[in-house]
Amino acid sequence: MRTTLLYGAIYEGDHGHKFGCGVKSLVCYVVLVIEDDHPASLLEVRGLTKSFGPAQALRGVDLDVRPGEVHCVLGQNGAGKSTLIKTLSGAHQPDAGTLRWEGHDVTIANPVAALELGIATMYQELDVVDGLTVAENIFLGHEFSRGGVLNRRETHRATRELMGRLGHSDLSPTREVGTLSPANKQIVSMARALSHDIKLMIMDEPSAVLDSEEVDNLFRIVEELTSQGIAVIYISHRLEEIQRIGDRITVLKDGASPASNLFVSDTPTRELISLMTGREISQVFPDRVPVPDDAPVVLDVDHLTLVGAFKNVSVQIRAGEVVGIAGLVGSGRSEILETIAGYRKASAGTVTVAGQELTPGSVEQAVSVGMGLSPEERKSQGLLLEEPIFKNATLSTFSRFARGMLLNEGAERAATEEQIEALHLRPAEPDRVTRTLSGGNQQKVMLARWLIHGTRVLLLDEPTRGVDVGARVEIYGLIRDLAAQGTAILVVSSEIDEVIGLSDRVLVVSDGRVLDERPSDQIDEHGVLDLVMKGNAA
Amino acid sequence: MSEQITQADGAQASPDASAKGAPARKAYLGRNLGLIVALVLLVGVGWATAGGNFMSLNNMLVILRLASVIGVVAIGVTFVITAGGIDLSVGSVLGLCSVTASIGAIQTAASGFWPLMVFVAIATGVICGFTNGLIIAYGKVVAFMATLAMLVAARGAAELISQRHNQVVNNQGFLKFFRGDLLGISWVIWIFAIVAVIGWFLLNRTTFGRRTVAIGGNATAARLAGVNVKRHTMYLYMLSGATAGIAATMLLSRTTAGTSTHGQLYELDAIAAVVVGGTLLIGGRGTIGGTVLGVLLFSTLTNVFTQNNLSSSVQLVAKGVIIVAAVMLQQRLANREGTTSP
Repeated sequence: MRTTLLYGAIYEGDHGHKFGCGVKSLVCYVVLVIEDDHPASLLEVRGLTKSFGPAQALRGVDLDVRPGEVHCVLGQNGAGKSTLIKTLSGAHQPDAGTLRWEGHDVTIANPVAALELGIATMYQELDVVDGLTVAENIFLGHEFSRGGVLNRRETHRATRELMGRLGHSDLSPTREVGTLSPANKQIVSMARALSHDIKLMIMDEPSAVLDSEEVDNLFRIVEELTSQGIAVIYISHRLEEIQRIGDRITVLKDGASPASNLFVSDTPTRELISLMTGREISQVFPDRVPVPDDAPVVLDVDHLTLVGAFKNVSVQIRAGEVVGIAGLVGSGRSEILETIAGYRKASAGTVTVAGQELTPGSVEQAVSVGMGLSPEERKSQGLLLEEPIFKNATLSTFSRFARGMLLNEGAERAATEEQIEALHLRPAEPDRVTRTLSGGNQQKVMLARWLIHGTRVLLLDEPTRGVDVGARVEIYGLIRDLAAQGTAILVVSSEIDEVIGLSDRVLVVSDGRVLDERPSDQIDEHGVLDLVMKGNAA
Repeated sequence: MSEQITQADGAQASPDASAKGAPARKAYLGRNLGLIVALVLLVGVGWATAGGNFMSLNNMLVILRLASVIGVVAIGVTFVITAGGIDLSVGSVLGLCSVTASIGAIQTAASGFWPLMVFVAIATGVICGFTNGLIIAYGKVVAFMATLAMLVAARGAAELISQRHNQVVNNQGFLKFFRGDLLGISWVIWIFAIVAVIGWFLLNRTTFGRRTVAIGGNATAARLAGVNVKRHTMYLYMLSGATAGIAATMLLSRTTAGTSTHGQLYELDAIAAVVVGGTLLIGGRGTIGGTVLGVLLFSTLTNVFTQNNLSSSVQLVAKGVIIVAAVMLQQRLANREGTTSP
């Protein structure tokens, strides 16, 4: 409990007429301010700066963290995220700026001091000891012991309790950590943080080493932590994750925080991208190029129906046009793309590519007439992760390069190298194993595949999922370039803002039906959501 | 595109790659290296315990001949497993092929042209494989169950045709060819070598091999890229049937009789050799060289035990231990690459 006495006086002017005398009144007041033990902010960071020699890593970062919230810190590589974490966890000392922890100014001299305050950090390079068991890792440095003799039973009991809290009772305390997957090592790392009495957990890009199922599990744990009143600082460059679990966002750019404590629900994607990249909002999405009316219709979808998923979807796309499908999860948007591509067999309706009607359910035919689908789950549906870039880039064309049955890997590599150059794919090595690429570069491999194939119709399902922000803007540009070369493009994204920004026309779908179709400049995110709400009510 | 962004993206990928990419290649090499080391060790043991009897050229040829029949079967199975499938029927199919190729009428017909027996054996295998493929690709039955059914049914068919009798091969041209040799090496061994070389070429240098690896690595991705996964699946099981047919003729020449009991449990020997050789059971990575080494490892093991007059029972236990050790090694390597969660 902290109390402050405020006092003062206000000259109230002439109250003579009220009091019936000419005395001018002076109102004095005394106020007792009682501050709550739990102030609104758990941690307040103001003007934090930090230099390493001539390199200024932080140039004034502001940030407030409230108890029980997920506060996301977003920034591109080199924006200062790591330095910020290390400063908050006591690994670095700031040059200037203040840290207030539960209302008190504090200095965090070292990581132990951070832990004593209740700040735990989970680094990206998991700091677990492979040779020790789960229990030994969790209580490393603060073992249950009496006179130097370890109390194994108590350690294991406490470990099981922590694992239960994290929803991972299946991990045995005696399991050697070296045998665990990265996801489970992360759980151990979190359990170790929780074994201290913590109020704030800092997670440094925890999803970087996880697949999508493991990410879901991570988010459940994050929710579990926040429901226990623990605040989480979640570092990431993946916008879609932040929209799923974040409460508030602070954006870092070049060591400064151009925007602090934004509410996730109030901040559109393009604003975040703009803040992170320092581009004008208008530059996030490339300019639309008007498509001439006489451009041929390349894709004609007529009353396409897939029982149980969507009904009577019709759309025509001209060469050079980008059309988007906006809708919520479960609206049938991915199914529409997959059915157009023949991956699912349509129950009714037709798909015509450049005048040729396709046989329902034949991907092979769709590909042969020049249609390509870049699927939603790039890793599980699109790529051979253990194979080199060039084999993925030529997956739909290797027969074309072959002489008879004989593969021509030289020609495949050459074609891939051309695309690597054109798409700025990094690392620029055709023989690099695809698993090791970043999300953005893996997406470029998918684009390269269809570019080499020479597709006339490109179906893009979530083209920027798992792609960091800089690469996103780049991919937007590539999509527009493709359209400019005469490709007809159909885009689906869970980010409505992205669908609208990328496309010339937008189909709004809900519950398997097309509610509306209009030019992108005549609709915005709220408009789409309004339509969806009304559509559902009708 | 801004230069700055491109660089940032590249910088992010590089450390990641050096952490994962290089060990993956090393592990792959290590897997084959481990097999070679194991084979050399085993040869050392054979030399130490059986001396000149083991280290003779003659004995080496015995080991190779022993490996040949299973070896040819295993080459076909390597393709199926690389594509993420499994073929449990190869042993029974081999038995059936040995029976159909040695029916009296066929032998009579082949009296002037012995290769007819070989064609019949291969055709029988291909038909069985075609049936497997049809049931798996279009009937959507999992490969394990479909080929298990074929395992049972082909054995039954072989019994029906042969009436459980030994069908003695008396086609002299056939026997003469397979018992002959080239440069002092039995034709049976040459056939294994030729099948292995063709298999290696097919897997590594042709569109057929690329499709096989692609389907095993990610069947959905292959399909979305326009690969006809169903048709290719049919081809794979037909290939596996064909190699079982070739192996049947090799076995027929050695035993000089076609019977319904030929090839019993060969499917397990073949699968063991393939997996020990380093082909991933989940598909996506196959190695013909590894399969050949795996087959040689097992036949050398058998030979060393026989030379030392150890019972076949001891041999089976040792074989079991080797299979487990090899698969555990494979999993450890896969874990280190971060491809499998425990």
